[in-house]
Amino acid sequence: MSLAKPGKYTVEATAGDRKASVVWEVFDTGAPKAKNVILFVGDGMSVAHRTAARILSKGMVEGRYGGELAMDDMPHMALVSTAGTDSVVTDSANSASSYTTGHKSCVNALGVYCARNKDTLAHPKVETISEVVKRLRGMSVGVVTNTEIEDATPASMVSHTRRRSDYNDIVKMFFDVQPDVIMGGGSPNFLAKSTPGSKRPDEDDYIKKFETAGYKFVSTKTELANAKTAGKVLGLFNTGNVDGALDRFFLKKGGVPKFPDQPDLTDQIGAALEILSKNDKGFVLMVESGRIDKYSHSLDWERAIFDTIMLDNAVKVAKDFAAARNDTLVVVVPDHAHPVALVGTYDDNRPGQQLRDKLGMYEEAGFPNYPAPNADGYPDKVDVSRRLAFMFGAFPDYCDTGHPYLEGENVPAVAGATKDTYVANEKNCDVPGAARRTGNLPFKAPQGVHAGDDVILTAMGPGAELFRGRIDNTRVFRFMATALGLAPGSSQ
Amino acid sequence: MAAHGSPARLTTRRRALLGAAAAVLSAPAAAVLSAPAALALDLATLQFDQLYKSFGVRGYEFSDTLLGLKGKAVVMRGYMAPPLKPESHFFVLTGQPLALCPFCQSDADWPADIVVIYLRRASPLVGGGEPVTVSGQLEVGSWTDPQTGFVSQIRIVDATFRRS
Repeated sequence: MSLAKPGKYTVEATAGDRKASVVWEVFDTGAPKAKNVILFVGDGMSVAHRTAARILSKGMVEGRYGGELAMDDMPHMALVSTAGTDSVVTDSANSASSYTTGHKSCVNALGVYCARNKDTLAHPKVETISEVVKRLRGMSVGVVTNTEIEDATPASMVSHTRRRSDYNDIVKMFFDVQPDVIMGGGSPNFLAKSTPGSKRPDEDDYIKKFETAGYKFVSTKTELANAKTAGKVLGLFNTGNVDGALDRFFLKKGGVPKFPDQPDLTDQIGAALEILSKNDKGFVLMVESGRIDKYSHSLDWERAIFDTIMLDNAVKVAKDFAAARNDTLVVVVPDHAHPVALVGTYDDNRPGQQLRDKLGMYEEAGFPNYPAPNADGYPDKVDVSRRLAFMFGAFPDYCDTGHPYLEGENVPAVAGATKDTYVANEKNCDVPGAARRTGNLPFKAPQGVHAGDDVILTAMGPGAELFRGRIDNTRVFRFMATALGLAPGSSQ
Repeated sequence: MAAHGSPARLTTRRRALLGAAAAVLSAPAAAVLSAPAALALDLATLQFDQLYKSFGVRGYEFSDTLLGLKGKAVVMRGYMAPPLKPESHFFVLTGQPLALCPFCQSDADWPADIVVIYLRRASPLVGGGEPVTVSGQLEVGSWTDPQTGFVSQIRIVDATFRRS
């Protein structure tokens, strides 16, 4: 269905005595202002993540920062509300879907209105920005992430499903839409069932299909560096999520021993921009730093902050690209919040045995003593004697060590003896000084959860001036579409 | 493959565990299949870090050790993933206790190196995160469970288990 005339349309459906309605605002975008759009999504990136990233990567002396984050140093800012049609607290599927389609949806849904169909692929679909810009303009599209490429945020660029976990269907949707650049983790859903490591139920070899369709396939940072001349690229760098910056650059834990040559988000966006900018008609590129959220779920804040710094480094690459031309809108936005806050510092040298004895509040907090950041903005040590006290407001039963997890991503809780209950991971309880926290979430929650707080968007470039005040998350789509002038004079 | 379709049979937990323990202590029936090495002592012990020789983006490669034991009687120690049902002929063995139940939560996913266990007969299963020792016949290669659609690469069939 299409509505060509701008205005407000109310669609009503009735069945017996039940009634539902939705108001659609059809808008005229005016003429194009921007040729390209780069949309950065810091998954779950809340204000405390941003502040902690600034402290670690820029340093602080007497309350003043040693520099600005690239994402802070932008002329336009807005407060974005993220609720979905079914809940005040959203998930990454329907929040990202608001950005890529302009329509609100419900938890776990991508590119659809939530109906009652059993078939998750049969819910009413709405077009994504990738589909719109390819159909109307012949623009190029890029999807770059450090999560599995089928994960909610990157999937929102191409997907129409009620259930975000339909990974195998989402791979097919990527193939159907054919973004010119596709980079992330999650290769098992591209492999034929008979290949060990596959997660497909069929014999479709999607790597081969993409190659046949003209894509250059790369699986390491080295291969990616040699693929910049390609027309289209599929990069899958891990079977799961690409490892975070703390593990790749410093601790060498997680999947790093298995995948020692994974690219950084900065490598990915660098290659993506070279490839996409060859199209004279412009491009839309989504770049996600997805493990800010995942590490916040696992109550592992140092890893979340290193990936916030990584996002900022990727934003810097985009700003450098955009600075040389005045045709690119750059938007940096989280998709939802986590309940996190900076409360003070933990100082090993404070008297007392318990973790709470080590917490300095107000003037006793002082400043943390992380070493000066390296050229990429990362301090090379996180287990310093006076650390940020970065606290989580919602959690299962767990043991808080007050220290970074140097042996690998934190596992706060494990399955309990009773079905659908989770208990503290006793490994953490054995750490000297660890504090046992009684969970404040339902027993079925294995980890931290999202929050309904608003999130902060920053933007620069042509069209960025539209972002101001408090906006609904669907406005992000509208303002990107307006900057690109996707429907000029549609009222005629 | 007969073991895959074992009809569910109600047994008490105690009887099932005793039966499993007895099977491991004496020569398990599975070992008889690999005659003449039918002694319990000759059961090859397989460890999780011996399953694959590489984990690549384009797929994993089975190790030579694993392929050498294909069709033979093996013993593996691991953790029972949180089961779907309290009693079943089927569970997933993992190298580390799983924080989440991938059956139960759509977001979660299985680790790469899992082994699917098809028990000789349906048994009450232990809670998630419990270490167990499994013995049975090793099967290697892609196989789709016709009942559940679950695809596995490495299986121990005609298996028995005990807490360990």
